[in-house]
Amino acid sequence: MTTGIVGYGAFIPRRRIKLEEIAKVWGADAPSYKRGLQLFEKSVPGADEDTVTMSVEAARNALVRSGGVDPQEIGALYIGSESHPYAVKPSGTIVAEAIGAVPTLHVADLEFACKAGTESLFLANSLVKAGEVTYAVGIGADTSQGAPGDALEYSAAAGAAAFIFGAGSDKMIAEVVDTYSWTTDTPDFWRREYMHYPRHGSRYTGEPAYFRHSMNSARGMMEKAGLEPGDFAHAIFHQPNGKFPMRVGKKLGFTHEQLETGWLSPWLGNTYSGASPIGLTAVLDIASPGDLVLLTSFGSGAGSDSFVLKVTDRVTEVQDLAPKTRFQLDENKIYLEYGAYAKLRGKIRMAE
Amino acid sequence: MRDVAVIGIGMTSFGELWRTPLRSLWAEAALAALDDAGLDSVDLITIGCMSSGLFTGQEHLASLLADELGMGGVPAARVESACASGGLAVRTGFAEVASGLSDTVLVTGVEKMTDVDGADSTYALGTAADGEWEGFHGITFPGLYAMLARVHMQQYGTTREQLAMVAVKNHANGLLNRHAQYHLKVDVEGVLGSTLVADPLRLFDCSPVTDGAAAVVLTTVEKARELQPDRPPVVIIGSGLATDTITIANRGSLAALNAVKLAGERAYAMAGRTPGDIHLAEVHDCFTIAEIMATEALGFFEPGQGGPAVENGLTALGGKIPVNTSGGLKSKGHPVGATGVAQVFEITNQLRGEAGQRQVEGARIGMAQNMGGSGGSSVVHILEVV
Repeated sequence: MTTGIVGYGAFIPRRRIKLEEIAKVWGADAPSYKRGLQLFEKSVPGADEDTVTMSVEAARNALVRSGGVDPQEIGALYIGSESHPYAVKPSGTIVAEAIGAVPTLHVADLEFACKAGTESLFLANSLVKAGEVTYAVGIGADTSQGAPGDALEYSAAAGAAAFIFGAGSDKMIAEVVDTYSWTTDTPDFWRREYMHYPRHGSRYTGEPAYFRHSMNSARGMMEKAGLEPGDFAHAIFHQPNGKFPMRVGKKLGFTHEQLETGWLSPWLGNTYSGASPIGLTAVLDIASPGDLVLLTSFGSGAGSDSFVLKVTDRVTEVQDLAPKTRFQLDENKIYLEYGAYAKLRGKIRMAE
Repeated sequence: MRDVAVIGIGMTSFGELWRTPLRSLWAEAALAALDDAGLDSVDLITIGCMSSGLFTGQEHLASLLADELGMGGVPAARVESACASGGLAVRTGFAEVASGLSDTVLVTGVEKMTDVDGADSTYALGTAADGEWEGFHGITFPGLYAMLARVHMQQYGTTREQLAMVAVKNHANGLLNRHAQYHLKVDVEGVLGSTLVADPLRLFDCSPVTDGAAAVVLTTVEKARELQPDRPPVVIIGSGLATDTITIANRGSLAALNAVKLAGERAYAMAGRTPGDIHLAEVHDCFTIAEIMATEALGFFEPGQGGPAVENGLTALGGKIPVNTSGGLKSKGHPVGATGVAQVFEITNQLRGEAGQRQVEGARIGMAQNMGGSGGSSVVHILEVV
C-alpha cells in the first residue's frame, strides 16, 4: 500500500538567545564558538511553552494542511521527545485530547535521545501501511536541556514538528518511498533518572556516534532504494549544531544547495527530537511535485532512521495554509538576555 | 659501556582509536618492532606509560602487557616520568643493554587517552604538575605553558605569529606521515582564529588527546651487525636525562627550559657532538611555545632566536635543522607515554633513509627530545647511523 504524509506542521517558539549572550556569562570566546559550531542563536521556550503545547501547535498546523482529515479518524498518535513534561503521565494523551482525536486511538510517548521524533514518524507510517489505522500522527518535539556552561547550552533549543500519515494518492503530500534504520549500542550521551541535565562523551559524540550512524543509515537507505545523492532535491540530517549536518551531507556527496533548505540549526539551535523533522517541514514548505527528499535522523545511544520521500502534486496546495517554518524561524523574534533566559529555563533556584 | 643500536621499530597509527583497547594498541606496535628486528624473544620489556590508571583504570601494565604478547615470565618494567615516560623507557632500555644487564630490550610506550572525557583527561594530564603547589589551585597545562609563552614573548619579543608558524610547519609535515592523527593543512590565520584555550595559546597551539603506541628494539651494535648484516646500524650515541623544579614558581627563569638544556648537554657530552652536528630533531612540541623553547635549550638557536628561526624556515623540511619531521606532537598526536618512543621511531626511520616524502636528505645524526610536565623532566637521545 502506498502511504505517506498527508499533513505537516511545525512550531518554533518566538524567543531567541544569541550565542554571544550565553558566551558572555561564562567568559567564553564567542567568535570561536560561532566558527567551531556554526551556531548564531537558538530558540527558547516561553513560560507557557513545553513539549506538549508545541506538539499541539504543530499538530494543529498539520491538520490544517491535511485536506480535512477528521481527527476522529486518527488511530494512533506518537510523540518522540526527551523533555516530556512528566516522568510518569503521557504527553500524547494531552495532545490527542487537544486536537480532538480521543478516545479511540493508540497513544505512546517515545524516547531515543534526538531520534525519538523520526521513530514516531516510522511507527505512524508503518501502522497505516499495515492497514491497522486510517491515519496516524507522528510528532518530534523538545525543550532540550543543556547544563549551564556546558557546550550543549549553546545549542539546546525548542521546537516541534508533526506529521499526519495516511494512504491513498489523493491526499498525499509526500509518499514514503522507503525507510532504513541503523542502530548500535553506543553510549555517547545520556541522562539517568533524576538527573537534571544530560551528560555526553564530548568528542566521542562525533565520529563514533553521529557520523558513523548517520553515514551508515543514509548510505544504507540510498543503497536499498537504488538512489544516489544526485537523485535528491533535498537532504536533511540531524542538526546538533550548524557544522555536523553540513559536514555529513558533504561527506556523503550532497551539495550545499541540496542541504541548505532543511539546515536550520545555525539560527534555531538543536531541537533534539524536533531537529530533523522540523528541517523536513522547511523542505516541504518550498518543495516541488516530484522532488525526492532524504531525511536522516540521529539519536545518541545510538541510532539513525532514514526515509526517502517523494513529494506529490498536492504539496503546492497546502504550503501556504499554515505558518511556514522559515517564517516562524525568521520573523517576530523576541531576543532574551541571559537573566530572562535562565528564568524561563528554570535555572534560577526559587524559594521553596 | 657497550654500544647500543636500534634494530627494530614499530608503531600504531595515532588518533582517536575508540575501538582499540590499550593492550591491543601496545601489542600492535610491539609486534611490528619485533618483526622489524627479526626477533621473537627479548631479555627485557620496558614500558613508558604516564597514567593508564587514570585514563583506563588499569595499572600493573608490565605483567599485563608481557602476558598479552605471550611473553609471561620475561622481565618487564613500566617507567613513568609524565609525558617523558616514553623517553625514559628508551633510556632504561639503553642502560640495560649498555651495562650488559640485557642483550635485547623491547622498549615500548603506550597511552590510551580517549576512554575518558575531556575533563577527566585534563585532570589526568594535570597530575604531571605539582599537585600541592599548582594543580590543587586549579591550573592545568595550557595555563602553565601560556605563562611560559607570555614570558618568552615579553623577554625576547617572540610573536604570536611565530607560535602559529610552529603549528603550520608541523601540520605540513604531518600531511606526509601516514601514522599522524591529523592530516590537515593549517595556515597562520587558521591558528590565530582557532578557539582560545589559555591566552595567548589557542586550540591549534595545543597537541591533541591521542591513543597510540610505539616500540623500538635495542641490542648491542655487535649483535645488530650479526642480525642485520645488510642494514647499517642506527646507534644511540648519547643519552641525557635531567630534572627541573616541577612547579614553575620555583624556577629562576620561565623563559628557558633548564631540564631540556641539561639533558641535551649530557647527551652531547656522551656523544662527543655539538648542536651543529645534528641533522634533524624530534622535539617535544606539546604546545607551540614548547618547540621554540626546546630548540633554544638544545642549542640549535640562541635564547630568543627560536621564534625567528621558525619564521625564517630554519626548522622546516629543507631548512638548516628540520624539526619534527614526523609532524611532532602537534600533528602526529600525543599519546603521552608513547611519544618519546615514537620520536626515536621517527629518527631511526630518517637515519635509515626510509622516511619517504619527508626524508631529510643525507641525515646521519638525529636527536629525540622528550619532556615531562612543564619541563620538570626531560630525556634526550642522539642517534647516528654508522
